[in-house]
Amino acid sequence: MNATHLGAIAALFITIAIAAVPFVAGPYHVALGISLLSYSVLATAWALFSGPTRYISLATVAFFGIGAYTVGALGEALPWWLVLAVAAAIGVAVALVVGLSTLRLSGMYFVIFTFGLSELIRQVVTWYEVNVHRSVGRYVFVDVTQNAIYWQLLALTILVLVAGWLIGRSRLGLALRVIGEDETVARHCGIDTTAAKLTLFVVSALFTTVTGAVMAPRWTYIDPAIAFNPMISFQVVIMALLGGATRLLGPLLGVIPLVFLFELLSANFPNSYSILLGAAFMLIVYVVPNGVAGIIETGFKGFGRRAEVTP
Amino acid sequence: MLVVDIILTGLIIGGMYALIALGLTLQYGVARIVNLAYGEFFVAAALGAFWLYTGVSVNPLIGLVLVLPVAFGINWAIYQGLLAPLVRRAKNQGMLEVDSILATFGLLFVIQGVALASFGGQYFSYSYLSIPVSVMGSALAVNRLIALGFAAGIGGALYLALTRTRLGTAVRAVAVDPVAAQLVAIDVRRASAFAFALGGALVAAGGVLGGMFLTLNAAMGVVFTTKALIVVIMGGVGNLLGALVAGLLLGVAETSVARLVDPGLTLAVNYALFLAVLLWRPTGLFGSAAR
Repeated sequence: MNATHLGAIAALFITIAIAAVPFVAGPYHVALGISLLSYSVLATAWALFSGPTRYISLATVAFFGIGAYTVGALGEALPWWLVLAVAAAIGVAVALVVGLSTLRLSGMYFVIFTFGLSELIRQVVTWYEVNVHRSVGRYVFVDVTQNAIYWQLLALTILVLVAGWLIGRSRLGLALRVIGEDETVARHCGIDTTAAKLTLFVVSALFTTVTGAVMAPRWTYIDPAIAFNPMISFQVVIMALLGGATRLLGPLLGVIPLVFLFELLSANFPNSYSILLGAAFMLIVYVVPNGVAGIIETGFKGFGRRAEVTP
Repeated sequence: MLVVDIILTGLIIGGMYALIALGLTLQYGVARIVNLAYGEFFVAAALGAFWLYTGVSVNPLIGLVLVLPVAFGINWAIYQGLLAPLVRRAKNQGMLEVDSILATFGLLFVIQGVALASFGGQYFSYSYLSIPVSVMGSALAVNRLIALGFAAGIGGALYLALTRTRLGTAVRAVAVDPVAAQLVAIDVRRASAFAFALGGALVAAGGVLGGMFLTLNAAMGVVFTTKALIVVIMGGVGNLLGALVAGLLLGVAETSVARLVDPGLTLAVNYALFLAVLLWRPTGLFGSAAR
C-alpha cells in the first residue's frame, strides 16, 4: 500500500462524509454547501485552463449563464438529464467558436474577447427574449430539490477534479505547461498549441455551463441580468487566484475562506460590497501572486533547503 | 435622409471612440499596461461633469478644463502607486500583461463600487445645448457637433505633441522598445507614467464630451473599455491613424445596426467586425508585425 492508495482511500472517506451532509444538516447549511461546491467546480474549471496557460479568461459567467438559460428555456419541455446534455452541448459549441477565432492569436485578443463575451451574450439573449419570446424574464419550474442540487454539484466537483488529475498526467497536460512557460518554444517542440489550448478551454467551459444549468432551479425566476451577473466571473477568478491556479487542489483553498468571507460581507456591507471585493482582489494580486498553494509549497521547499544546509 | 443621418451620427460616435482609443493606445502601447478599468474613467468623468452642471451649474466645456488635470493627476498616482510595483516585479512582457489585467480588474470593481455608492444605479443625462441644427438635410444637436470638434482638436493636438516635441519623441521611443530607449538616456518609468496619465486624461475628455449627449449609468464602464480595446486592436496596436479609422468604422457600423435592426445589439456588431478584421489581418488594419 503506497501513498497513492492512502490518498485514494482518504478521498473516498471525505467524499462520503460530504455526501452525507444533507442527512444531518439543516437547509441553511445545505445552501452554504451548495455555494461551496458550485464555486469549487467553477474555480477548478477556470484554473484547469487559465492556470497552466496563463490565459486569463473573464468569461466564466457567459458559460454559467448559458447553462442557466438553457434550463430556463427547456426545463419544462425535456427530462432533466437531457436538459443538462443540451446545455453542455451549447456551452461546448460557444467555446469552440470563441476558441477557434481567438486562441490562434496572441493571449491579449483572448482576454479582450472574454472580457466582453458575457456582455455580448447578455445583449443577444435580451434581444431574443424581447423580440421573439416577448418577455424578458422566465420562470424555472423544475422538480429538483435542494438536496439533489447538492449531490449533483458534488458529483461535478469530483468529475472536474478527476478530469484535472488525468489531464495533468497526460501528454496534453505537459503540452499546456510548456505553452504556459513559453509558447514559441512549445511550437518549436512540435506541439499543436492551438489544439491543446482549445481542448482545455472547451473542457473548462463544459463544466462551467453544466454548473450554471444545475444551479438554475435555485432561482425560480431568471432574467439576463441575474444569469449573466459579472460578479460571478469576478468571484471565480479571485478564488482561484487566492488558492493558486497552477495546482489542481489550489482553487479549493481559495474557495473555502472566500465563500465565508463573501457571505459575511454581503450580509453586513451590502452597499459597499463591490468596493470591498475589488480591494480584496487587488490585495491578493499584490500580496499572494502565487496563491496559498504557492506559499505552502515554497514554505516546504525553504524548510527542506534549511534542513539540508544544517549538518 | 436616413443614410446621411446614419453616417453623421456614426461619425460623431466614432470620433468619441477614436478619442478614447487614442488614450488606450498610449496606456497599452507605451506604458504596456492593459487597463481593464479604463472605461470606468470615462463614466467617472461624465458623472463629474454631470454633477458640475446640475449641482453647481458649471458648463461642461468649462468642466472639461477642470476634469482634465484631475484625471491626469489621478492616473499618474495610479501608475506610480499601483502599477509601478507590478512593472518592477514582472520578468517579461507577458507577466506584466497578466498582472496588470488582474490588478486593473480589481480596480474596476472598486471604482464602479464608489460610483454606485455615490450616484446610485439609475441612468442619468442632462440637456446642454441640445438645439437642433440642419447639416446636409439631417437634424443634429449642437452639443454633438461641439463634442466632435473638441475630439478632433484634442486628437490633433496630441498628434502634434507626440511628433513635434522632445517628450513626445521620448514617449514614441518607449513605445518602440523600452529597453533600447534607456540606452539613449530616456527615463522609461517617467515617460511611461506620463503616457499612462495622458491616456487617462484623454478618456476623461471623452467622458465629459460624450456625457453631453449620451445616457449613461455607473455600471457602463465595461462597455467603453471593451470598445476602446477593440478599436485599438483593430487599428493595430500603437498606430494612431489606425485607431482613428477603426473608431470611425465602428461608430458607423454600430449606428447602422442601431437604426436599422435594434439598438440593443451594438456590442454584437462590434465583436462581429472585430472578428472579421482579425481573421483577415491578425495584426490589425494598419499593424505592421505581430508584437
